[in-house]
Amino acid sequence: MTLASPGETIRRPGRSGWLTILIFLPPALLLFTIFVAMPMGEAAWYSFYNWNGYGRPENFVGLKNYVSLIGNAAFTRALANNLIIIVASLAIQLPLALGVALILAKRIWGAVAFRMIFFLPYILADVAAGLIWRFVFDGDYGLASAITGLFGAPPVYLLADKNWAFSAVLIVIIWKYFGFHMMLYIAGLQSLDKSLLEAAEMDGATAVQRFRYITLPLLGPMIRLSVFFSVVGALQLFDMIVPLTGGGPFDTTNTMVSYLYYFGITRMRVGFGSAVGVVLFLFCVTFALGYRRYFMRDD
Amino acid sequence: MTDSSLSPPIGLTHSPPVSFGGTMRWFSRRPDGGLGMLVQYAVLIVLASVVLVPLVATALGGFKELGDLRANPFGLPKVWMWSNYWDILSGARYWQVLGNSLVIALLTVFLTLALSSMAAFTFAHLHFFGERFLLNYMLLGLLFPAATAILPLFIKIRDLGLLNSHWGIVLPQVAFALGMGILLLRNAFRQLPGELLDAALMDGCGYIRYFFYVTLPLSRPILSTVAVIAFVSSWNNYLLPLVVLNSESRYPWTLGLMAYQGEYSTAWQLVLAFITLTILPAIVMFVMAQKYIVAGLTAGAVKG
Repeated sequence: MTLASPGETIRRPGRSGWLTILIFLPPALLLFTIFVAMPMGEAAWYSFYNWNGYGRPENFVGLKNYVSLIGNAAFTRALANNLIIIVASLAIQLPLALGVALILAKRIWGAVAFRMIFFLPYILADVAAGLIWRFVFDGDYGLASAITGLFGAPPVYLLADKNWAFSAVLIVIIWKYFGFHMMLYIAGLQSLDKSLLEAAEMDGATAVQRFRYITLPLLGPMIRLSVFFSVVGALQLFDMIVPLTGGGPFDTTNTMVSYLYYFGITRMRVGFGSAVGVVLFLFCVTFALGYRRYFMRDD
Repeated sequence: MTDSSLSPPIGLTHSPPVSFGGTMRWFSRRPDGGLGMLVQYAVLIVLASVVLVPLVATALGGFKELGDLRANPFGLPKVWMWSNYWDILSGARYWQVLGNSLVIALLTVFLTLALSSMAAFTFAHLHFFGERFLLNYMLLGLLFPAATAILPLFIKIRDLGLLNSHWGIVLPQVAFALGMGILLLRNAFRQLPGELLDAALMDGCGYIRYFFYVTLPLSRPILSTVAVIAFVSSWNNYLLPLVVLNSESRYPWTLGLMAYQGEYSTAWQLVLAFITLTILPAIVMFVMAQKYIVAGLTAGAVKG
């Protein structure tokens, strides 16, 4: 970000300019301060108190809210789940999205229709997607049991099984989000310089070599972007958990945000919930800044 | 679906920044071998069915009787229960939740566009002391989701007397969308030729008139990108309305859907019909303006 764009002379604002600044800037500044900056600062402040949200926070407890998170089984599980989502996104979702993008970036029959089908789940609300899959996984009425029934197996209640519920959640996440990453890769593939690939082919490089040494490196910026969105999206996942499992069974499917909701908001433990928020904030900011600094420097 | 996507919808004559028109062959300049092609289509068709089957089963399930749903979740209904859908469509509840969502989303889009384009304009063209600091301050919101500060945000909304009102959802949504809007719009405004502004100022046109008569009309594509992102995220928002609202008459469709499911949890066929009807507007809009929406959502992500 440089301050002056090329060809633009640096102007002093002048009277009309200052008037513009005074009219144009304050509304955005005010709204942002009230609803984004202040709540974040207040979260840090409240997190040192034991407070139910009424009156003023007075019961100062120091770091107790944070300390109680350490070793808290439900919170540790939520944190681990967030990490599992990230790993699943990187290990399953991104290769799948890239593979499909490689097929669909070509001019093949039906490519546009397939792209739209794969992108479709992304525009649905997480709540709706979660509820649809709650039906799919439902042991009595759902599709999953109908499939196992074909093999003569008894109905499965995936979402009620504490060993399998979170895997079921992962399936829904991949179902909903891989199309978005596929679109990123298709956009990346279409902006590549085709002459490189043609030259390599003329020199006798195989399809695998061309992919490994030309397509993949040139796609680097888009892959880094896709990884960035996977991680950021994983850290804030919430809407889907509520309709699917509500965090259960036995608090095994919470994410950090759903933990914050079920243990902080619904019980009006403002101080405790704020501490969870601050932890989440630190994860998000550390990741966003660190990632941009070390991986997206050149993009 | 394929046909309509080949020609861009009207109003898209400024081509979107990222092209999805796809005319290049990727892997090989030779025509693919029959077998390779077959495998690729097999993969595509399997994946497409995994994506579509839950959606189709949901829509069909809405037409079934409960017993039919239990015996045969995949197939066509034995008896088409049009009444499942008709009862929802003829009731007030469905239209009310959609109306609420629409009001919230339109207000959010309008305010996001107005506030972020004005702020982006000053950051793009006016240089003053503290400009850099203020810009970075406004972009802080991009670093963390609203969920991190949701409890203090709830207290703030309550203390401002906005609890259980649509403004209590709209204003925070706009505040959190400002960072993305300012970033995208400022970059776009700076791409406009600087000579235009120099000439306009020379001729005695003020910044504000320049903003309304030159900047905004020339920036329609990027404004629509910001609008699409703001609209979709408001339409699909769940956490904020969940925390802010408590009377059902104000619920947007996401909350209304969960409330309906809670009420009719033993009647899956009705829940499925309600899901189908509530996601229908999004699907219809997507099919009608797919290029627009895809380009908006992905280009916004790429540029942001």
